[in-house]
Amino acid sequence: MEIIYLLIPISLILLGLIVWIFLWAVRDGQYEDLEGPAHRILMDEDRIVDRQKNSRRGGAG
Amino acid sequence: MELAAIRSKTYQDSNKIGAERMQSGVSSCFHCGLPVPAELDLEVLIDDVNQPMCCHGCQAVAEAIVAAGHENFYRVRTEVSPTASDLLPEFLRDSEIYDVPEIQNQFLRSPGGDLREASLMLEGITCAACIWLNEQYIAGLPGVEQVRVNYATQRALVRWHNSQIRLSEILQAVQKIGYRALPYNPDQQQELHRRQRRQQQRRLAVAGLFGMQVMMLSISLYAGAWSGMEYNFQQLFRWLNLALTLPVLFYSATPFFISAWRDLSHRRVGMDVPVSLALGIAFGSSAAATVSGHGEVYFDSVVMFVFFLSASRYFESIARQRCAASIEQLVQSMPLVTTRLSPAGSAEEMVPAATLAIGERVLIRPGETVPADGVIIAGFSAFDESMLNGESIPLDKQPGDRLLGGSINVTNPLQMEVTAVGADTVMAEIQRTIERAQADKPPLARLADRVAASFISVVLLIVAVVAIFWMMHDAERWFEIALAVLIVSCPCALSLATPTAISATLGKMQAAGLLVKQGSALEKLNQVTHVVFDKTGTLTRGKPRLEQIVCNTEFEREHCLQLAAKLEQYSEHPLAKALLLETGAVSGDAVSQVSSIAGGGIRASIEGQVYMIGNVEFISRQAGAEIPSSWLEQIDRDAVTAVILARGDTAMAMFTFIDDLREDAGVLVETLQRMGKSVLLMTGDRKAAAQQVAELTGIDDYRAQMSPQEKMAAVQVLQSEAASVLMVGDGVNDAPVLSSANVSIAMGGASSLAKTSADIVLIANDLQAVAQAFDMAGRTQRVIKQNMIWALLYNFGAIPAAAAGLIAPWLAAIGMSLSSLLVVLNALRLIR
Repeated sequence: MEIIYLLIPISLILLGLIVWIFLWAVRDGQYEDLEGPAHRILMDEDRIVDRQKNSRRGGAG
Repeated sequence: MELAAIRSKTYQDSNKIGAERMQSGVSSCFHCGLPVPAELDLEVLIDDVNQPMCCHGCQAVAEAIVAAGHENFYRVRTEVSPTASDLLPEFLRDSEIYDVPEIQNQFLRSPGGDLREASLMLEGITCAACIWLNEQYIAGLPGVEQVRVNYATQRALVRWHNSQIRLSEILQAVQKIGYRALPYNPDQQQELHRRQRRQQQRRLAVAGLFGMQVMMLSISLYAGAWSGMEYNFQQLFRWLNLALTLPVLFYSATPFFISAWRDLSHRRVGMDVPVSLALGIAFGSSAAATVSGHGEVYFDSVVMFVFFLSASRYFESIARQRCAASIEQLVQSMPLVTTRLSPAGSAEEMVPAATLAIGERVLIRPGETVPADGVIIAGFSAFDESMLNGESIPLDKQPGDRLLGGSINVTNPLQMEVTAVGADTVMAEIQRTIERAQADKPPLARLADRVAASFISVVLLIVAVVAIFWMMHDAERWFEIALAVLIVSCPCALSLATPTAISATLGKMQAAGLLVKQGSALEKLNQVTHVVFDKTGTLTRGKPRLEQIVCNTEFEREHCLQLAAKLEQYSEHPLAKALLLETGAVSGDAVSQVSSIAGGGIRASIEGQVYMIGNVEFISRQAGAEIPSSWLEQIDRDAVTAVILARGDTAMAMFTFIDDLREDAGVLVETLQRMGKSVLLMTGDRKAAAQQVAELTGIDDYRAQMSPQEKMAAVQVLQSEAASVLMVGDGVNDAPVLSSANVSIAMGGASSLAKTSADIVLIANDLQAVAQAFDMAGRTQRVIKQNMIWALLYNFGAIPAAAAGLIAPWLAAIGMSLSSLLVVLNALRLIR
């Protein structure tokens, strides 16, 4: 049962990490729009993303 | 005469060029879906197919979309796009005003360097693909750093490098693909909501995540209590649980303690008082047990309770905020800039609308929004006040008439003197009403409050009695037993009974297109005995459709229709649009000297002859034409809206328009009658019109020509006869009835005032949802009842046992958690 002294700290560290990630997500506004990403992922097209990257590179350079 | 027949015949006769297309039905614009004029031949190559376009505006938009490589938009969109207008020079000029730093201050943020950030309101969005297109297109502009469109609010957050692109260029780019973007200033209220929402999310996250951890350890403790567990491990787990519960109690649960304290300091007992008491007692006794090393712990109950209660409150406030946001659109419709005139009226200057002062003069061009309340000092025009009163037909105004901020100038430029600005405008008054409605807590929850408040008083009394009784009989056990009674009677399940059921229903109803503004509306719906419908815009579509063409004997039907369309294409009037919908766009080549006459109609000359179209009064006054008495009789008898076409002083034809019944109106009335409700129709319209609608839908009891006051009085008469009335309406004239009825539903296309007065708004504009609302309300009521009965049964059953000293502590802990869990799961059934 001594393994519990290792497992509990690990679970607490994980808890801290998860809470931190969650708070970051809230701060970043990840929960502001719950419908959008579902549509966005279906409509993204690689071709357009490429074109955009090019234009952005062009804009920066 | 059948209209379809007229239409197809017209097309066959009109032109041979479009004949091929006509065989496969009416050719419609690939971009916006409007019929393509026969003589027009515009095409755009989309996905290797030449697609027809109805106008140069749509063609330009489609070409811009294809040129940017976004043909995908046409493949994935689920709705047709709005008809595009040509890029107007006025818009180019107006959008440049947004580059002026003084005006930018109102809505711009500078995150650093030459980066700028602004929120844009997008107009013309019809489906998810539109949002995708806007995002892709704006992001593709050089100099734009980031763009994110919120699907729910249709607002875009754009961040760009000011040295590479100007805001006006972004706005113009959006216009190029057929939408309209305007910067707006997120007001303090919204900012406050956003902060509140994030705070609630953080609290919920902490309660949920720490709660899971506590649960895990608690299950080990339960298992240990069952099968035996070393004392050190038990103590270790208890101490860990104590530590993990602290953030839940002191961070996530603070709102409950704060509001309980507020209640107590006002000498009230609200729902949060028993909640706080339960939390305090459960945590306090568990902490005492942990420190002393014996006794029971209830940390799992504490965290679960906080989590479920926070979650249900979070969902409820989201529903309220969303409701407010959908109505808030009208406040955002106030323009940011306006044209101010110098006192002499000679010089024009673009200024921020917020800087206008009473007494100043402004110039309002056609298509512009009135920036403040005022009075016309020069010019005639028609104004679309649908944002304020839902009236779709523009109202004619002349010097001396009052203008309301937020209404839209439709026909002519004019000058206005400002009489009220900012918080004094009618629009601001509406907004305040909305805020008041929003702050109002659902009375149904208050009912639960009352139950819980009296319950908690009874419990405290019982605890006192039990404590005194045991003190006299067994002085050693009195504290232990009194504590057991307190814990067993913790009203967790009771506090969760109503809010969980209501928030589950609100989510479900929102998905069905029903915005419920007050949870209490659900309770009241169940008591409804009478349903009163308004006619125009509620049972009918509220949009005119060309019904009949009556020609003077010497003229041909199709010829008249074509002539009328040629004139009406210069009018913005809804009747003109309804007429054009039947003919499709027509050529304006031969038409000259067009003038639009306020309060009447259109005059123009075609091939050297003067034609006029307009209402009866206009034609008889302006044209001096004699209108056949049979026409006038028909107008009177059938209560129809009519427009008359005249050549010189000869009346050629009469076009009558009707307001179509919604397809689902009859089904709804039948469903309601089957539910045992009495259905009534009350309208301000004439008797013939009311009778027609009543017969078509199967309503026996209809009342016509009623003023808003009469409607209200009639509803009150019903109420005095012990009826509970549901009012379904849409217009500004319905607002008083909507608020006097027991419960009210406003149509989605309703005036803002009506939406504000109503308890429920039909956002989907689908009448069938009314029946659904009844169904959902009934189910919610049943679930709440079950929850309440269960919670009270559990509490009142367990208390005597605990008072007798019979309940084993571990049983009390499990019972407390299970009763709450059961209530939540029962509420979740509503979502399915």
